[in-house]
Amino acid sequence: MQRRQSFKTQKQPLQVHHKNQTDLSAWRKGGRIDPEKNVQNHQSPNNQKNDSKQGSLEQALSYFEKVQDRVSLKKNSVLQKHLTTVESIGLQSGLPPEAFDVLLNVALSGKLADTVNTRLLKSLLPASVIPETSVVSSVSWLCVSKCSGNIQLLFLRWLIAVFDFIDHKEQLHALYGFFFSFLQDEKMCPYVCHLLYLLTRKETGEYIQLYEMEYHFISYSGMQSHLQALLSLYKLYCPELVTITLPGKMKTYFKNSEGPWKAGINTVRRRNQENSPVFQPLFLGTAQPQSRKRKWNTQLIIPASSTNTNNLEEDKKKNRVDLYSMSESFRVEQLQTFSQLLQNIHHLEFPSQMGSVLTNPLLLHYMNCIKDESIYLRLYYWMGQTLQEECTWCALDNNQDEEEFKDFLETVYKTECFLQEGFSSCEEFLYKSLPLWDGFCCRSQILRLVSWIPLGSFSEIKSHLYDPLAQFFFTSSLYFKCSILECLKELLQNWLNWHVIHLDSESDSQVHSSNTTHSELLNEVAELIHFVGWISTVALRLENNPTFLLYFILDFYETACDMYLRYNLPLLIMPPAGVFYPALLSMDSVTLNQLCYIMYRYRTNLVAAKENELSKKEMVQFRFSNQTYQEYNQYITAMVGCLWTSSVFQKDIHPQGLRMDDELLKKTAVQEFKNSFNIVYHPAMMGYAVLFLQQAWPDDTTFNFSLIKGKKWNWYLEYLYAHGLKGLKVFIESSINRVSQASHSKAGNVQV
Amino acid sequence: MAAGAAPRPARRGGRREGGSNGPRREAAPGLVSVMESVEAVARTLLSFGRLSRGLPFGRAHGLSSRDPLLPLAPRSQENADPQRTAFLLRKQWTLYSVTPLYRFSNAHLRDYARLLSAFIAAEKQKGLAVEVGVELDIKVAVSSLPYLKGSDQDQAAILVQLSSRSPASPKNSEEKLIWSGWFCCVSGDNLSKNVPEDFTCLPLFLVNGAECYTSIVGSWFQKTFDCSFRRLAISPLILSWMAAMWTGCKVDKTASAMELVFSVPCLPQPLDISYAIHPEDAKALWDTVQKTPGEIIQEEVDVFMDCLYSHFHRHFRIHLSATKLVKVSTAIASAHCDGIIKFLQSQYLTGVLMLLTELAISQIE
Repeated sequence: MQRRQSFKTQKQPLQVHHKNQTDLSAWRKGGRIDPEKNVQNHQSPNNQKNDSKQGSLEQALSYFEKVQDRVSLKKNSVLQKHLTTVESIGLQSGLPPEAFDVLLNVALSGKLADTVNTRLLKSLLPASVIPETSVVSSVSWLCVSKCSGNIQLLFLRWLIAVFDFIDHKEQLHALYGFFFSFLQDEKMCPYVCHLLYLLTRKETGEYIQLYEMEYHFISYSGMQSHLQALLSLYKLYCPELVTITLPGKMKTYFKNSEGPWKAGINTVRRRNQENSPVFQPLFLGTAQPQSRKRKWNTQLIIPASSTNTNNLEEDKKKNRVDLYSMSESFRVEQLQTFSQLLQNIHHLEFPSQMGSVLTNPLLLHYMNCIKDESIYLRLYYWMGQTLQEECTWCALDNNQDEEEFKDFLETVYKTECFLQEGFSSCEEFLYKSLPLWDGFCCRSQILRLVSWIPLGSFSEIKSHLYDPLAQFFFTSSLYFKCSILECLKELLQNWLNWHVIHLDSESDSQVHSSNTTHSELLNEVAELIHFVGWISTVALRLENNPTFLLYFILDFYETACDMYLRYNLPLLIMPPAGVFYPALLSMDSVTLNQLCYIMYRYRTNLVAAKENELSKKEMVQFRFSNQTYQEYNQYITAMVGCLWTSSVFQKDIHPQGLRMDDELLKKTAVQEFKNSFNIVYHPAMMGYAVLFLQQAWPDDTTFNFSLIKGKKWNWYLEYLYAHGLKGLKVFIESSINRVSQASHSKAGNVQV
Repeated sequence: MAAGAAPRPARRGGRREGGSNGPRREAAPGLVSVMESVEAVARTLLSFGRLSRGLPFGRAHGLSSRDPLLPLAPRSQENADPQRTAFLLRKQWTLYSVTPLYRFSNAHLRDYARLLSAFIAAEKQKGLAVEVGVELDIKVAVSSLPYLKGSDQDQAAILVQLSSRSPASPKNSEEKLIWSGWFCCVSGDNLSKNVPEDFTCLPLFLVNGAECYTSIVGSWFQKTFDCSFRRLAISPLILSWMAAMWTGCKVDKTASAMELVFSVPCLPQPLDISYAIHPEDAKALWDTVQKTPGEIIQEEVDVFMDCLYSHFHRHFRIHLSATKLVKVSTAIASAHCDGIIKFLQSQYLTGVLMLLTELAISQIE
């Protein structure tokens, strides 16, 4: 039962995984110091995915734990079911550490038929690591020879294949002699040699007592390549003990024992690399996994961070000249914690392959403070080539793995979030690939990357980004339209943030960029806002003004209306009439409230701009155009006329507005058409008005809306504010000049 | 008038003996009726250059319009020493593009050879300990080919050779060359002038030998100099440029036939059509198409190919324009769309390399 508990306890802390944000404490690695925690860390993403599988695996494990007698596979459907569960989880996502104990025990105890044992062993792939204890106990099963020779061999091959994933090896080293004794078994000998080769260390002298036996084996079995390999290693460590001459030429000593696990092991390796905040030292030296089907260099691998050996050599030469220099560099492999980074920041070397920074947040921190062109250039080349090579819809040969590519794009996006900066290689990739994109593959990743296109870097953004995006936008579902609007909002925000930071650093360094570039930036931002205005207008017509779409459109304008005050950008662009009027006449109070808030922010920004202009604080060329003020005034007239003074049909002067002749209005046969859009009668507000009437006059069932006037009008307003219509509140309080609290009818608007 | 070329369906991938410069010479096509459309072509330079920031996929690679192509005339005489480049000829080279090498130094070529040979030994015996500097099965030589460049700004080409010692015979026995690869840059000025000092621009990598060695050597370079390798394919458009350019070149000896191989798409069985033309006929056709000697424009290439296509259609009723050009073989060189090239004339070596360098650069940028 203890095992079951460990299942549960391991689940809980798993959610604490690193996020995109800069949480320094999260970078502490601790994996080496606390292996158990390490195990948990590795496991977390799988656990989340496999929650449903977890249950069935638990059942399977408890079955295998309890199984006593030899059960026939063919007849027993329960066994079949559990075996399939173990196989599918093992091969797809890997087994959790605690599963190995149970499954190895079953497989090696000989309780079940060999076919079952074989299948079990072949599916024993770790999700992260394999606990040493389970390996040790299975070696003890091996010694009592309960299982058949084939299973013994398969177990040894398995052990060699997964050797790197065993969490500790101390106790295994203690079993060195046991393994050595297996050398006598002719069939096992090649694999045991390989295993001993892996276990042998220079500092331990296990083999030294045993060396005499070697000669025995050699005379007995002849100089076979696997024995030769082992002896050559002994000779390398203790040349005085191995007197036999070994042929100098190397050849392949060991058969490839990875066999059935090879593909799975590559997956585990890749997964482990992705999941660890900092690469495991385990993987630094190992060769990159090579896929069988794909040619060299066509598999997507983010390189591990390792020291540039090329650099080191030159450094050594330098150091020889300057013996007293303290500039010995700090190796990236040693870098595990943020405090180490701080202590060694002055002599930290970048890794030999810059691509590795993508998965190493500490190096990203470092990158953030080092302004070195070559860093970005190395990353630029690597990323540009990788994106093009791996892009599933651009590459000529279609053997790319979409999931893999998706993960890569995700990693790139996270890095951009971390650095708060878009990569130019990514931008170029988008320009090249968007025209060929199907709008479906890796959609959310692509849109996220779009939001990080840098500002002011490319003048042809229209034909390269807006044109393809518009095509997708107009031909896709409502949901996709909203996703594009969302991504363009993010893009605008990223540009504005970048602009603010840029302004700050400019004023710091006292270097003022020329006005032309500044106005180019303004043009680029303006172009984006106009683009969104255009596609929004068309989309509202196409989709018949759904609230959902309006929400995303107004969300964009919530950022756009505040650019002057919040981001210090002397630019304000009003939404087009095609957006403003559908929002104003919307059936939904959320939309109306949002619009009120936006108009309030426009007003605040414009008033501030006017004040600054009057006091000549601003540079003259960045004055807002009169057209903006004019448009604002037209809209505000319409809005106040609509919601407050019930005069919209007379006073609206916007060419696309609501102005209508009385004659025409009379033909509609609506009785009190004048006030049909004020805050009581407006279709978006009528629900509130009904509820208000019910509360104010509980006995009146006639729904006489005209009762809401005078003092009651104010109560009604308070009622609306209390129901969360904050946008309406700030709008009315700022834009409507209520001459006296008593006579609301004289309220007018203030024009800026 | 001769009967014209015979379409020879051949299974792709099937072994065809002889190769492009083999003895099969097809009868030459007549040239009489081929000129109809030539005069109608307006002589305007195509805006063919690459975009300032990269080029959309599928479009022609950057044959820049700034200098009308003159790639086959060697800029200087010094690089035309046939002896020194002989070993590069008549071998199949697989093409790769390489991003600039970070902190590569010509002064350390010996060290690189030593490290690379240890790396190869380590890779070949996975998991086994390898000592650096010991005599190993495979010997690595890294050397510089200073004569292989187009302009002064170009880096000297770097040659990497792997040779094996036969295990049976003693140390000083003959070594057998098993793999070679070379990095080069011929007139790659627009790349090299834009990168900082720390970077070495050798954007074109050519390989002859087993892929397993390419993989190991490539990985080592990627790890050591933080560069990226990508296979460099040659688009049919570029192949037709090569066909036109190489047709116009003078070759001293009696040249072998010019051969174009087309692959027919959308068939259950792959079908290749080989179209062989007598080099003198091809040259005669090209001379009527080309307006200004030493300068080639896209329209001329189109006209040249269209003439060949219409001739073929007249005889065999097959529209070659609906197929894909996969291989061009001439006396100068032969090129396959998969990015495989064979140089045949040392005097045109740098010229071909210049074009390939430009292709490689456009793939990097």
